[in-house]
Amino acid sequence: MKKVLLHTVMVVIAILTLLPGFWMISASLMPAGEASAYPPPFVPSEITFEHYDTLLTRLGLARYFMNSLILSVSITVISLFFNSMAGYAFAKYRFAGRDKLFRLLVAEMVIPAQVTTLPLFLMLNKLGLVNTYAGVIVTGMATIYGIFLMRQFTLSIPDSLIEAARMDGASEFKIYWSVILPLCRPILVTLAIFTFVGAWSDFFWPLIVLTDDSMYTLPVALAILAGEHVQDTELMMAGAVMTVLPVMLLFIALQRYYIQGIMLGSVKG
Amino acid sequence: MRSLHAEIVRTLLVPVFFIAFVAAGCGSDRSGAVTVTFWAMGNEGEHVQRLVPGFEERHPGIKVKVQQIPWTAAHEKLLTAFAGNSLPDACQLGNTWVPEFTLLDALENLDRWTDESAVVDPDDYFSGIWETNVIGRSVYGIPWYVDTRLLYYRSDLLAEAGYTAPPRTWEEWHDVSVKLRERSGGEERYAMFLPTNEWVPFVVAGLQGGSTLLRDEGRYGDFSGSEFSSSFKFLMSFYREKLAPVGITRVTSIYQGMAEGYFAMYITGPWNIGEFSRRFPKELQDSWMTAPMPGPDTTYPGISLAGGSSLVLFQHSERKAETWKFIEYLSEPQQQLAFYTITGNLPARLEAWKDTVLAKNRYVRAFYEQLNRVVPTPKIPEWEQITMKIQQYAEAASRETMSVEEALAALDRDVDRILEKRRWMMERADRD
Amino acid sequence: MRRAAILFLIPALLPIFLFFFIPALAAFVLSFTDFDIYSLGDFRNARFVGVKNYLQLFEDPLFWKAMGNTFYFVLVGGPLSVAVSLSMALLVNSKLTRFKGLFRPVYFAPVVTTLVAVAVVWRYLYHPRFGLLNYGLSFLGIDPVDWLGDPVWAMPAIILLSVWKGFGYNMIIFIAGLQSIPEELYEAARIDGANAWQQFKGVTLPMLVPTALFVGIITMINNFQLFAEPYVMTQGGPVNSTLSIVLLMYQQGFRWWNLGYSAAIAFVLFAIILAGSLIQAGLQKRTGLSSRT
Repeated sequence: MKKVLLHTVMVVIAILTLLPGFWMISASLMPAGEASAYPPPFVPSEITFEHYDTLLTRLGLARYFMNSLILSVSITVISLFFNSMAGYAFAKYRFAGRDKLFRLLVAEMVIPAQVTTLPLFLMLNKLGLVNTYAGVIVTGMATIYGIFLMRQFTLSIPDSLIEAARMDGASEFKIYWSVILPLCRPILVTLAIFTFVGAWSDFFWPLIVLTDDSMYTLPVALAILAGEHVQDTELMMAGAVMTVLPVMLLFIALQRYYIQGIMLGSVKG
Repeated sequence: MRSLHAEIVRTLLVPVFFIAFVAAGCGSDRSGAVTVTFWAMGNEGEHVQRLVPGFEERHPGIKVKVQQIPWTAAHEKLLTAFAGNSLPDACQLGNTWVPEFTLLDALENLDRWTDESAVVDPDDYFSGIWETNVIGRSVYGIPWYVDTRLLYYRSDLLAEAGYTAPPRTWEEWHDVSVKLRERSGGEERYAMFLPTNEWVPFVVAGLQGGSTLLRDEGRYGDFSGSEFSSSFKFLMSFYREKLAPVGITRVTSIYQGMAEGYFAMYITGPWNIGEFSRRFPKELQDSWMTAPMPGPDTTYPGISLAGGSSLVLFQHSERKAETWKFIEYLSEPQQQLAFYTITGNLPARLEAWKDTVLAKNRYVRAFYEQLNRVVPTPKIPEWEQITMKIQQYAEAASRETMSVEEALAALDRDVDRILEKRRWMMERADRD
Repeated sequence: MRRAAILFLIPALLPIFLFFFIPALAAFVLSFTDFDIYSLGDFRNARFVGVKNYLQLFEDPLFWKAMGNTFYFVLVGGPLSVAVSLSMALLVNSKLTRFKGLFRPVYFAPVVTTLVAVAVVWRYLYHPRFGLLNYGLSFLGIDPVDWLGDPVWAMPAIILLSVWKGFGYNMIIFIAGLQSIPEELYEAARIDGANAWQQFKGVTLPMLVPTALFVGIITMINNFQLFAEPYVMTQGGPVNSTLSIVLLMYQQGFRWWNLGYSAAIAFVLFAIILAGSLIQAGLQKRTGLSSRT
């Protein structure tokens, strides 16, 4: 009895959680104008892919898709590399001022990133990085949260493993690369998805830095379309599907690692 | 594990190469043609591309790259591009923005260009519109299409209420509204839609009432002045007497709202001629009409705003001659007509208005009349900011979270604050 | 060793220093100037104005409005989100629950969605006439609500979206916290004759306090930075009822290019977040001590 009640509640909540997504996909397949009706239709009267076609052929969404992909992959790979090195250094090396430096860094987490936007824009402008992919990437090359997470995880790796490798004459980089990184795999996967999702979804910085429309990312393009096509519900839903789907697929493929990683990271923290 | 590492290295290299490639690729032009970049907003950005091939055909050495900028982010985008030195060669600029960008020294003075031009003839434009582009004594923008606001109304509903002709004075306007509401019976229906996220009707009413909006050469706001406040009160009476709905989202589609008779009048611009024709049900196509703004007295039409977009040439452009050719091309009466046919944007050239396409359109007639009675908004860079404040306090007053007096006093206070820097700079200039 | 540590740190710390720390400092300096659109064309048009921006800010009703909205979001949305996360964590983690591997990712899915896209979708769900939400509520006999158009309901609508989008993340952290509670504690409680509710009160809740505080801090910091939801959905309206501090900062900074004023807003926000974090960290220390004694 209890069990049935519990599962009913959970299923209902699961349906509610998925409902916006379901409706998004369903509406994206409806003929133009059908979604604006009362009561709101749940399934298309006939399935049409015309909105996807419009997005890809007339509105050039493929290009934005590629931009998003390039930027997100670059940021993910670079920041994973840099964050893991720094996290390792903070966890396993002893040097003067280490803890102070780390605490200072963590304290900076409370500075809202938005504080930096205006001066950062002027600065990148001087460096000639406005309207380049690099202008987006530099701000994501390393993150304090990433370093923090990597450090917390790396702390749990026994020192004896590192010592043993050092005895074998392994270089410091080799230890990091062949001992630490493999052991960090779960947290790396977590951080990778986390970073990828963050970079993929990022909106304001690309909107500001990328002035040329051939450089726009998917969310920027979608927000612009949404402003110009408010009345075209079904078209917008198709755009939303194309924006959400890639990260969702990635998440579904790797969700086991991801969820485990968050759990590991948070308990240690 | 090995393969994971190899993968990391490989994937790390891809973006590095890519960035290098992109960086190297920027700026180099393979075809040898000069490329003019042109930014246009929203809908215009999408449609102006169709005029480009004709231009490129005529000028084989010039390519035009059009970029679409969303209206909602246009101001941010232009300012960041200015700061980032990444402005295009030319741009479509709302004519209320011309003063701001002139002040930033971003725009090319077009006096010399127009003097030598065989295409752009200042006398062939609505004088009120041309005037908006003149800062000091020089012209900084060429009107591309014109825009003003006037009354759209359901002629059938007004006729039912006893008005076979649209209202010509404020008195008639109010009277027809009351009659329209009475006609509705118990249903939730209104005479007018007056959304507070559009500042134009409030400013137009103020101007009609004789307000200058600002005083002392734009040093202070003059919204609590009797001229503006009596006009403002007049518009507020529409909300107070339930002649207009309070809040903007009760009406999600103005076309649907007006077709259903949820309201019968709406002050808006020329782009809606096309939208109304497209979105109104067929049986109602003869039931809507446009009319010039009613005025506070018997002078008809009442004043409205000189709006629209201008074509501007940016000072930093390295292709001014080529860019000017494109501006000239877009200013040709034939191109203006073509653009009108695609977008419904009204041409700025008087010559183009002589064409039958325009003369035949009965909805356009009111605009022609109105465009001969338009005035510009104050030509100061802060004007955009001030309009946001007007909307803010119009909304507060419409919802009665503030009284009219409180709202206008607060508006003046905020406006004076916005203008503080301007006062300081004017004083400094006086001293020097 | 030392050299290796420095080499490992530089690639990450240098960009953070250059592209985060320096701009943040520069923003601090800017907050004492009246750098604006006039200064953009000519630097001589900027003045050092001391704390004037801050004084003006405290007199600006719009700032207080934004402040009130943001606190509303933090104080209502935050606890609500934590409560939902905790409840869902308890449900998912319950011994009775089957198919945990299925429920977990389902609840988590909204976290990985792209906010801009989701906001576009929700704008239609909230539609006063054709929206799914009002349709659902009509079965409960509730009249249509103009979610994003009514100043009373706009913020709750934003909160609902943000809870939907975010609860999965905190839920996972709570599940981790629940799983780290030693089974012996429950056994001991059972031996003492505690029923399920007493076990929850006596064991689960106290043991979850550190996790809850951690989740609380993270949620609070995030919520204070509310921005994208109102930007995409309401642009801060209606009647500024969803204008958040960061949105105000963005408007002042990028739309009007009042950089000095905008920077001042940013630092007020910073001070508030700092204070909030310190208070919660203080709580954490106290509860940490009390649980040890």
